[in-house]
Amino acid sequence: MPAGRGAKLLRNPGFVIGALIVGLATVIAVIAPWIVPYDPFAIDLQRRLVPPSFMEGGSSLNFLGTDQLGRDYFSRLIYGTRISMVIGVLTVITSGIIGITMGVLGGFYGGKIDDFVVFCITTRLSIPAVLVALAVAALRGSSFMLVVLVLGFLLWDRFAVVARSTTMQIRNLDYVSAAWCAGASQWWVLTREVLPNIATHLAVVATLEMALAILLEAALSFLGLGVPPPLPSWGLMISEAKEYMFFEPWVIMIPGAALFVLVLGVNFLGDALRDMMGTDLSR
Amino acid sequence: MLRFFLRRFAVAVAVALTVLTLAFLLTRVSGDLAISIAGPNATAEDVESIRQAYGLNRPVWVQYFDWLGRAVQGDFGESYFFRDRVANLIAARMPVTITLGLVGLAVALVVSLPLGILAAVREGSWVDRAVGLVAMIGQAMPSFWLGLVLMIVFGLQLAWLPISGVDTWDGYILPGIVLAFSAIPSLTRLTRSGMIEALSSDYIRTARAKGLTRLSILVKHGFRNAAIPVVSIAAVQLGFMLGGSVVIETVFALHGVGFLAWESISKNDFPVVQAVVLVLAIIYIGLTLLADLLNALLDPRLRTA
Repeated sequence: MPAGRGAKLLRNPGFVIGALIVGLATVIAVIAPWIVPYDPFAIDLQRRLVPPSFMEGGSSLNFLGTDQLGRDYFSRLIYGTRISMVIGVLTVITSGIIGITMGVLGGFYGGKIDDFVVFCITTRLSIPAVLVALAVAALRGSSFMLVVLVLGFLLWDRFAVVARSTTMQIRNLDYVSAAWCAGASQWWVLTREVLPNIATHLAVVATLEMALAILLEAALSFLGLGVPPPLPSWGLMISEAKEYMFFEPWVIMIPGAALFVLVLGVNFLGDALRDMMGTDLSR
Repeated sequence: MLRFFLRRFAVAVAVALTVLTLAFLLTRVSGDLAISIAGPNATAEDVESIRQAYGLNRPVWVQYFDWLGRAVQGDFGESYFFRDRVANLIAARMPVTITLGLVGLAVALVVSLPLGILAAVREGSWVDRAVGLVAMIGQAMPSFWLGLVLMIVFGLQLAWLPISGVDTWDGYILPGIVLAFSAIPSLTRLTRSGMIEALSSDYIRTARAKGLTRLSILVKHGFRNAAIPVVSIAAVQLGFMLGGSVVIETVFALHGVGFLAWESISKNDFPVVQAVVLVLAIIYIGLTLLADLLNALLDPRLRTA
């Protein structure tokens, strides 16, 4: 990336906010075990649903209060960051590998291969993703890895669409032809000429898909078929707190706000990247 | 035009057949369906009798063609749990889901068309940036959480609207708003970019030169052209919204097909799950086909493609 672009990014408030949120979430996810004040799984039935310390009836012992089983809400929220970030990143890697492979091959070779790739994309888009994810989780029994795999196998469509269209745009450009003339192999042209030149577009897609994966994991966990308890997924925290929300609204506000802020941060980053390239991939 | 239509129709049929096959495979991912149906406390005899009763002891390809043959005729078999024809169950629940989808789409259009036009007219100004921010916030909002928050605020604290169910028409308002959030960002951006393109074109300059009023230029010349892609994307978004309604129907306890699928998933009632996946996919395929045809009819340049 040229220096001018980097400086321009730093003047973009969206980028700064996004980078701060995502950077902070990454740090929290990595060092979670060392910064939690309490064990996020430790149940204390004597101290259930204690409000956050800044609210009436709160206790200075638990900054964000305790949940319905007396577990420290702040500690669970911190571990939840880890779950959301790991699910987001692993899903993007899985779906990226599938989608980019399909898109680049379709866009590069055209013809029958491209027809097949387009057909796969069309079919994928017609399948209701949330429903299928729920059904698979119910049939196989939900687990952390299953959520990653199911989301990865369902969210590759945008990667494929963008990889395909950008590859088509560059496959006949001079530097690709030059590589052919220099006797480069197909593998070389695809991995050394095509991929690096569509990488920024794919980075934008990666942020969009990461945001979507985090939201979908939360929704699946909320419906009880995502990350299994007692893991403190934010969606699961909202689901477990739902019974009490009419009396203690903060129990759903805290994990929901965390989810919203993280996804917003990821979207801000993606939007800044898109601005930098001056292209609109949002359709 | 006819060739375009036939080709597009053939693709839609092929996609539908692929989805049929995938829906069949979906219920086989667990390995042994009979064990899943029987539940955790079943004995070996129970499992065997279920295998007999539902024909699961036949070779897989026989089961597949049997199921396929019936499914294309609209016969999805019988529900294990509800003891009724799956087709009847879906038909009974569909009106709620369709109504919810249409309310959601209406809300989304009412919000995103003016916002998109406003952002395009004031391109690059703070208004444009504010609209972009609204779209971004909509994109980041977890729908199930927004649903719960709206229930607390409008259902409990202000007591304006029902918290769940659709016994009265106003039960659709909150879920409709939540569902609209998923479509607002893309519809707003599309309206904005379409309007910007339209406003910079030659016929707008001609209209300005003729001395037409600003409003007339915006509505008659600008928006009419920007609307072409919006119409087709709106149809596609409706398909996505129907497919995504399972979460919102569950949150608000609306007894549509999404809720039916959710109940069936928790009851191991797989013929119903399979059929709902299929029906929602077919509706989506139909809507995208419709969108493409509309596009072709409205835009003569696409007809020869």
